[in-house]
Amino acid sequence: MSSLDNKHNGSARVGVYICHCGINIAGKVHIQDVVDIAKKLPGVTVAKEYKFMCSDPGQEIIQEDIKKGLIDRVVVASCSPLMHEPTFRGAMAKADGNPFMFQMANIREHVSWVTKDKGLATDKSKALVAAAVARVMFHQPLTKTQVPVNPNVLIVGGGIAGIHAALTMANAGKKVYLVEREPTIGGHMAKFDKTFPTLDCSACILTPKMSAVRAHPNITLWTYSDVVGVDGFVGNFKIKVKLRPRYVIEEECVGCLECIEACIFKHGKFKDEFNVGLAKRKPIYVPFPQATPLVAVIDPETCAYFRAKCKKPCADVCEKKAIDFNQKEEIVEVDVGSIILATGFKTFDASRVARYGYGKYPNVYTSLEVERLVNAAGPTGGEVVLANGKKPKSVAIIHCVGSRDANSNKYCSKVCCMYSLKLAHLVKERTEADVYNFYIDMRTPGKGYEEFYERLLLEGINFIRGRVAEVTDWAMTPDEEEKLVIRAEDTLVGKVRRIPVDMVVLAVGMEAQPDADDVRRMFNISCSHEGWFLERHPKLAPVSTLTDGVFLAGACQGPKDIPDSVAQAGAAAAEALALIDIGHVELEPNTAFVRDEFCSGCRTCMNICPFSAIAIDTEKDTAVVNGALCKGCGTCVAACPSGALQQNLFTDEQIFHEIEGVMNYV
Amino acid sequence: MSKPKVAFYWCASCGGCEEAVVDLHEDILGVVSAVDIVFWPVALDFKRSDVEAMKDKEVAVAFINGAIRSSEQHEMVELLRRKAQLVVAFGSCAHLGGIPGLANVFDRGAIVNQACVNAVSVVNDQKVLPSEETTVPEGKLTLPLLWNTVKSLDQTIDVDYYLPGCPPPVNLIGEAVGAILKGELPAKGTVLAPDIALCDDCVRRDTKPEKPALKEFFRPHQVKADPEKCLLAQGLLCLGPVTRKGCGSVCVKANMPCTGCMGPTSNVVDYGAKALSAIASLVDSNDDKEIAAIISKVADPVGTFYRYSLPASLLHRRYNGSTERG
Repeated sequence: MSSLDNKHNGSARVGVYICHCGINIAGKVHIQDVVDIAKKLPGVTVAKEYKFMCSDPGQEIIQEDIKKGLIDRVVVASCSPLMHEPTFRGAMAKADGNPFMFQMANIREHVSWVTKDKGLATDKSKALVAAAVARVMFHQPLTKTQVPVNPNVLIVGGGIAGIHAALTMANAGKKVYLVEREPTIGGHMAKFDKTFPTLDCSACILTPKMSAVRAHPNITLWTYSDVVGVDGFVGNFKIKVKLRPRYVIEEECVGCLECIEACIFKHGKFKDEFNVGLAKRKPIYVPFPQATPLVAVIDPETCAYFRAKCKKPCADVCEKKAIDFNQKEEIVEVDVGSIILATGFKTFDASRVARYGYGKYPNVYTSLEVERLVNAAGPTGGEVVLANGKKPKSVAIIHCVGSRDANSNKYCSKVCCMYSLKLAHLVKERTEADVYNFYIDMRTPGKGYEEFYERLLLEGINFIRGRVAEVTDWAMTPDEEEKLVIRAEDTLVGKVRRIPVDMVVLAVGMEAQPDADDVRRMFNISCSHEGWFLERHPKLAPVSTLTDGVFLAGACQGPKDIPDSVAQAGAAAAEALALIDIGHVELEPNTAFVRDEFCSGCRTCMNICPFSAIAIDTEKDTAVVNGALCKGCGTCVAACPSGALQQNLFTDEQIFHEIEGVMNYV
Repeated sequence: MSKPKVAFYWCASCGGCEEAVVDLHEDILGVVSAVDIVFWPVALDFKRSDVEAMKDKEVAVAFINGAIRSSEQHEMVELLRRKAQLVVAFGSCAHLGGIPGLANVFDRGAIVNQACVNAVSVVNDQKVLPSEETTVPEGKLTLPLLWNTVKSLDQTIDVDYYLPGCPPPVNLIGEAVGAILKGELPAKGTVLAPDIALCDDCVRRDTKPEKPALKEFFRPHQVKADPEKCLLAQGLLCLGPVTRKGCGSVCVKANMPCTGCMGPTSNVVDYGAKALSAIASLVDSNDDKEIAAIISKVADPVGTFYRYSLPASLLHRRYNGSTERG
């Protein structure tokens, strides 16, 4: 009735090898009992045990048996296949066996490490070995296929991570497409005045790299653009990029900025995004003087031409005739072999912590706003001033706003302690104010970081250990009149304190970009529940993702400071270069396939393939799986209503026989 | 040479399968001239004792329809199994358990109570329930035991072939009889119908979107279905993709969604599970709440997806507190 009738090769000869793993397995499982049972299982011609099957002598036992013709398929009962499946498959291949005529029974992680009772552990091992034997009887020889890798790379995000990765790849001679959604590259780093702990001028170290990107013959830079489509697979991605109209022809504009002067708005009137709202810009603008590319952009939301009509003085004044109000968005398509995501982070919205008064009291600032205030190119020319234009005499910096807080984000944003120290130093330097840092714990691991903290302690910055309860303007004493009062427990003194200050700086944490979920869907990778892109392995594959050919750089993977972002960008570039250097990718054969004779062309599989690997063959009216695109997730196989879709290494008969193998020993 | 002997029998069924035989119309004359019908309770006056009197394997083929849910039915199919060379499970109920198999969502007590006491059309103030033995002045009366679990035919006796459908399509009956008479039979256990899903020859297939995705499901009375367009694409739960073809898509041609009476193709182990995962695959949402809202439009999921196949499914029945089947 079902496909469960025995259709396997009657002459199958299975070798079963039980590993002691030292005492890891043998300490809990009666190995000899398992061997004895294995010998009696149908199809088994050899059953042996060995202390370490993964060792060279262990592998040689299997290879000998294959060469002698005793076995044509292998079951190893040992650890997780994640650990040693490649080892044993490799050993089989070296002995001219087919590496896919292999099944592993995990009797370590699934049995000996998690079972107290020896008898039960032995019983479970027997059941798992029986299952693996029943399954491997239905394995078919399979081969891996190779496809070439396109040497071009797409880098998404033009912050410091994307810039560094782009330059690394481009300097290695690879063609780079760098896509940035803002009108300029530079990211958050371009907004900072100084960087910790060395107090390097941020712009001085960043802008040469930005110019290098712009000038590099191997880099195509698309700013004000978004990736809107990703198709294909490792080595062979097809990318669609939407270039939004900036109404200024990029190739013509020389960055003289005369158009901005000529605008009918004589002064900036609209929120200046680059200065996080602390300044106003005109409808035609460049984000900042070193913007790259230094090409003006017209905001159609605010430009008078688009709202009513305008005499277009900007266009008249432009000698290059670079202003083009008829510009339309454009879609470009490129082929790349690898992708580096460097989409960065956003800062925590401080208004979510209402008790700190952000948005209510004008002198409560976020750290990013203060970064702009201390920046010589910022809206105040580097002066740290209050809303009324006066210098503050006292400043409180509240740490962990949106970090280490059960009400917002539980994680530590990693950079806030250090940038708070930096801001404390800069504010003190500019204003000579009394600066108070309210912290939970000072976290300053990193080269030169603890030393910087030491330095700040000696500079006379005040440190108060305690989470701030609230920021209020409710004065209880004459000292507090006209001030913002910080109420916090000083846990080192053991008292609740009220400290009146002129200015409050909220050290906001880092959060995943609001559209991180859309981005991860488009690039077919995973997110942690906080929204950070998920690396393939937290320790051993920190810049790879579960999608081959897609790599991560910078804070899109989790909170990071500049040195970490740059290091990771370099690592991501190296991974991409390694992929290109090999020149091809080997595709695992655990792919889905359609048995034409059973496919009714119902298309149920079409919508659910996460890799767009299924198409309809219009001549035969059946579904076809592109083996190069298929990742072997099995979704379509489960959905196929008539069992026409099957998956190599996971056919129904393999799975059902595996289950039966277990059930026979339960 | 004497003509091959043929028996028909019905168990827990509606009688529709018997109609299907009669629906052969004049073709039945050909069948009758080629075979000897030795047992057919619905049409001919033979008794159980006549069957018992036959030699073992004397009957060439027994067509048995209906699910098995009583001791009497069990006795009769065992008797026919002994007397017949071939047993064909005829129709959805014998094949997979059929509509009566939905009784496996309940148990015997609940069913008997509903039928004999609680049903609105029943007056039974004394709450008398049928029992196997009842003593009356004239003597002792007996009734067959109603089983707690409804079974398909092959869960009770060995079955050689299956004719699917509710009822089996006339052309498939004709082909099956022809094949038996000629001795041109496929491997034992074969379902005597094409082994591919209904969409394969659905006239509406080309109207199905390239990537079908649904935000809403409807029951047939809730919408006026477009008579040309794929029913599933209109949100009607057409189980054509899951169901074996061979019926000539009569329901779809009548603008009604396929309910799955022909059962699964040979590659599918559990029809309802497959139907469920196929339909779930079409739900067009990634939001848990929205998905729950869309799915909630499927009234009676067991009755929808396991309408004809609950006894033959991997689960057989609602868990009744015991690991024994029965």
